[in-house]
Amino acid sequence: MSLETTPSQNRYGSNIGQPLTRRDGVLKVTGRATYAADNHPAGMLYAVTAVSRIARGRVTSLNVAAAMAHPGVVEVITPANRPPLAHDPDEKMPPFGFRVEVLQDDTVRYANQPIALVIAETFEAATEGAALLDPRYEAEVPRTGRGNGLVYDPPAIGIGAPPRTARGGDIEEGLAAAVNVTEEEYLTPAQYHNAMEPHAIVAEWDGDKVTLDMPNQAMVLSRASYGAYFGVPPENVLIRSPFLGGGFGSKAILNGPQILAILAARMLKRPVKLSLTRAQMFGPVGHRGATWQKLRIGTDRQGHITALHHHSLSATSSFDDFLESAANASLPLYASPALLADHSGLRLNTGTPGPMRAPGEASGSAALEVAMDEAAEACGMDPLEFRLANYAETEPGTGKPFSSKALRECYAEGAKRFGWSGRPLAPRQMRDEKGFLVGWGMGTALFHCPHFPASARATLRADGSALVETAGADMGQGAWTALAQIAAEALGLDPEQVELHSGLSTLPDGGVAGGSAHTASAGLALHNAGQDAILKLAELAMSDAGSPLFGAGNIGVTARGGRLYRNDDQTRSESYAEILARAGRSEVIGAADASRDPAAAGQHAMFSHGAVFAEVKVDPDLGQVRVTRLVGAFAAGRIINPRLVRSQYFGGMIWGASFALHEEAIVDRRTGRIMNSDLAEYRVPVNADIPSLEAILIPEEDPYVNPLGIKGVGEIGITGTVGAVANAVWHATGKRVRRFPIRIEDLLTDR
Amino acid sequence: MNRFDYIRPASVQEAVAAAAMPGSTYLAAGTNLLDLMKVGVSRPERVIDISRLPGLDRIEWQGDGGVRIGAMVRNSDLAYDQRFARSFPAIAEALLSGASAQLRNAATVSGNLMQRTRCAYFQDTASACNRRAPGSGCDAREGENRTMAVLGFSEHCIATHPSDFCVPLVAYDAVVEVEGPHGAREIAVDALHALPGTTPEQETVLMPGEMIVALRLPAEAADFARNARYLKLRERTSFAFALVSAAVALDIDNGVIRNARIALGGVAAKPWRAREAEASLKGSPPTDEAFEKAAELALAEAKPSGDNAFKIELARRLTRRALAFALEGTPNVMPALPASPFMTNPGASHVA
Amino acid sequence: MSPSISLSINGQPCGVAVDDPRVTLLDLLREKLGLTGTKKGCDRGQCGACTVLLDGRRINSCLVLAASLDGAEVVTIEGLADGDTLHPVQAAFIAHDGFQCGFCTPGQIMSAVGLIREAHAGNEPERIRELMSGNICRCGAYQGITEAVLEAQKTLADKEGSKQDRKDAA
Repeated sequence: MSLETTPSQNRYGSNIGQPLTRRDGVLKVTGRATYAADNHPAGMLYAVTAVSRIARGRVTSLNVAAAMAHPGVVEVITPANRPPLAHDPDEKMPPFGFRVEVLQDDTVRYANQPIALVIAETFEAATEGAALLDPRYEAEVPRTGRGNGLVYDPPAIGIGAPPRTARGGDIEEGLAAAVNVTEEEYLTPAQYHNAMEPHAIVAEWDGDKVTLDMPNQAMVLSRASYGAYFGVPPENVLIRSPFLGGGFGSKAILNGPQILAILAARMLKRPVKLSLTRAQMFGPVGHRGATWQKLRIGTDRQGHITALHHHSLSATSSFDDFLESAANASLPLYASPALLADHSGLRLNTGTPGPMRAPGEASGSAALEVAMDEAAEACGMDPLEFRLANYAETEPGTGKPFSSKALRECYAEGAKRFGWSGRPLAPRQMRDEKGFLVGWGMGTALFHCPHFPASARATLRADGSALVETAGADMGQGAWTALAQIAAEALGLDPEQVELHSGLSTLPDGGVAGGSAHTASAGLALHNAGQDAILKLAELAMSDAGSPLFGAGNIGVTARGGRLYRNDDQTRSESYAEILARAGRSEVIGAADASRDPAAAGQHAMFSHGAVFAEVKVDPDLGQVRVTRLVGAFAAGRIINPRLVRSQYFGGMIWGASFALHEEAIVDRRTGRIMNSDLAEYRVPVNADIPSLEAILIPEEDPYVNPLGIKGVGEIGITGTVGAVANAVWHATGKRVRRFPIRIEDLLTDR
Repeated sequence: MNRFDYIRPASVQEAVAAAAMPGSTYLAAGTNLLDLMKVGVSRPERVIDISRLPGLDRIEWQGDGGVRIGAMVRNSDLAYDQRFARSFPAIAEALLSGASAQLRNAATVSGNLMQRTRCAYFQDTASACNRRAPGSGCDAREGENRTMAVLGFSEHCIATHPSDFCVPLVAYDAVVEVEGPHGAREIAVDALHALPGTTPEQETVLMPGEMIVALRLPAEAADFARNARYLKLRERTSFAFALVSAAVALDIDNGVIRNARIALGGVAAKPWRAREAEASLKGSPPTDEAFEKAAELALAEAKPSGDNAFKIELARRLTRRALAFALEGTPNVMPALPASPFMTNPGASHVA
Repeated sequence: MSPSISLSINGQPCGVAVDDPRVTLLDLLREKLGLTGTKKGCDRGQCGACTVLLDGRRINSCLVLAASLDGAEVVTIEGLADGDTLHPVQAAFIAHDGFQCGFCTPGQIMSAVGLIREAHAGNEPERIRELMSGNICRCGAYQGITEAVLEAQKTLADKEGSKQDRKDAA
């Protein structure tokens, strides 16, 4: 459905745009919101995985007898006794599933790979049982880095398998035309999602039907995949995922441990709970793969880019392919007559990477935005001025118009609020009253706007209230609230009158909660379902001689405040309850499937945009950095709930600061083991790291992205921020650090 | 975690008797021990809970101005004790820079003194570690070792001591009172923790079954109250162990340093007292040059144990900074970010 | 050996058989007593999701043996609201959007309640940030958390003040 065909009576909108507090707020602040591991069916057993401590080789022995002898241990599952699965785990599960490690054999492909599952009457017994297995190995030398990894040319990269090379114009010609060429390499480390909620599942079989309490970003899709693994039809799999304790991409993909828990429940005919330990989340549940990126930027005398070449060597596992499509970050952003984005793969003994908040884009933006800063420096230009000089009016490479692009406004408003003007061009010019070095940096934020097919149902009830349903996931983005607002608008009701059912795989498919596309995707389905319900209600009224709306016909009616109004005479109206009562109906049900109009998608480049400005202070002697201010201005189409959207931007910006200054999995080069697989040493920011954040919501109307004009807000905040912080560190210190995260020793400059 | 016997003695004597059995360990708050038991580093057969032994939770001031602190006094209670914080501000600051508010509410004085290294290879039972498994080797030496020791290490172990609290204690000549199967004795905190040498598994000089019952600070330590600081570099603003830290205390009289104390954290298997640096300051005016020299002396013996040469320079600079801060004077109010270089920074004020 | 302990949980006396000394307070609450509001994020005292009040002080319940708690008083997130009336800290977290996914939230709130009782932060945001740093929020709701703590602290102080006024008047 395009904008033109959207009935105008539903566009008045008073619910959308309200900064409502979260619908699930009371549940979450009282501890009554139930996450997967909070479930405790009668007779439940506890499962704990034992994981490999080598990264490559095979398991030669497990002391199963010792584990079984531990009081409370019920069963130990190893490759020797693992019941069969209906789907080969070494084959990918379409459309998004990876190869999984479910004890198919004794080979070890990465550290922390599950090598056995111990099931016991108590959590304590299962944990100790796993420890008693005391695995022995035949270890091979693991591939752990660029030095010994296997470089290859992947057929495709990232999500949706874009080609590994994309180009526009001739890059060498563009470089030849340049006055300045900057060429540098940028390193981003492996990062792990570390949602606060560890991956957990409670599985309970009833015959050939199974109920899974688990955090899941793609319930209906997963239902089919689990069905395939266990040889049962999708409808036999019930997934309940009312709350996710953070997903960030890691709960969109099936993984070995959760499948093993389901298997154990079937084998033992009792409910089984499995919860990964924090350390076990560094392996089988995805991560952001490391990249080694090279950027070549050529510029002419006026500071226009003549060529932009971005190459990424992206790490993946030894047995599957998920490559950060980092170089593609350079395709849609800055105008250049010559563009080249290409990728190579690097096979390592690591768990398979996966989508992690702003996959591809975060790592790519980190390198690109620092490279842009360096190019601006080479041109003697202010970084913002340089970006404006290379502003893309149409998508570089393809020449497609943008569906909307208020990036100029983001730059202007962000710069104004930050106080960017007057920033000295040269680094190391600013100090605060205490003598700390002060630096200002900026970066452009960008994220594409995917759209997933989704379905929804809207039921108008006899009392005039509504029930709307879609299998969506609230992992903190505020889906319960935003989706209810969208539905309420379509239904002409207050959000309080709309009950939303979600988080259950039996509901209409709400699509994937990922790609920053959930609100648009599930929202459009709800919107359409709501319209369908109103249409059916209007038909009832207009064909009923007893209704004041009788015969409105082509004139049409408007839904507002729980009543339908004749468009030509607002004094003639009737409440939903009255219409239903007279028709003798207890309810009217609307339903809709929604997806993107392929024509609009083909004609336009669709992105959310933003500009992030960072201030850092650096101790001139000690090199310690603090991000003292972050100001982001973002344009992302129509804003459903500014309160929640601001929180999404804050979260993204904190992730960006974390990428720049904190996060890194430290892999022992010899063993491939991650030596900081805990929250003390894998440092995500704490409250004290984040003194000041501001997110500015730039108004933007987008008639093409989808009929609601909604773009994504969940991931864009990271992009731009990483570069802004790194560039601010350079501006404070004069040190250009090209390896993330920036560390204290990088900044131990001469005083 | 292995199954163990949980024993709760009613007195110190009972505790010591219970601990005489091999495989026993004392449990205080458990913030370190339980963690190590969960990751399999520690697998005691008997856990002797001393957390609620009577009489160990008191702060007792001595007639001479010294103080005796019961082993079970909680970190936060000590740090926020007004007289204590006034008398020994660097200790209060160190305590408040450690861990989190929750952990400080639980963690005890003796538990902190007995906490074990955070070396990733010690914590990872699949790695060779002479400290955890004598004779197995040291995987840290050729491993990921940018945070490891630069002083007092040996080829057998390059781990560091993680405590903040212990750093000023060593600087202040604190003493622990110990009860054991062979009676009571006293040990200077500086002598409590051992350097690895050839026996890194001997982390302290305590004999099996000995337990710390109290910590004492001498009255002289309060002479530094006006010019004492703890400064700590870490890789996030809070809730992180020290990359390097320094406790510094100056007794300045008429523009001359009468006495100085310097100890470093995060650089060795024990809190590192820098006596030569202290001596160089004695009798000197508190100038940049004097501080520079003291910092040089404090790190004179330092050498990298791996990819960590930067820590030497960092520790030098930190020492100098801590001396400068101490000279400025102990703040009247505990900084909002205790021990952080950013503590003096107003930060962003417009938020919230 | 004490196979059974008695303690108070959210004001209710409670006898618990601790047949396995390995059980932590966190697992006791979640797996034996059905109080699942308290969350397990790391099980090692590194995230704060399991924060509860033990004898009035905030602590990490994952690092406490249940067996050691004979006679203790525990307050969890479930014990905070007064019937349907939210505790001021809970209400302030909603008003300031001090959470997203909600998983760390019970720990954040219990930590905030403990922080306010400790009364070391004054009304300085920087002190609140520092003293809330034992509670990691991966979603990044820190700004809202800080604002919520400040507001709740004020609400509680005002309440205390008016209580005192009433007392003085009487």
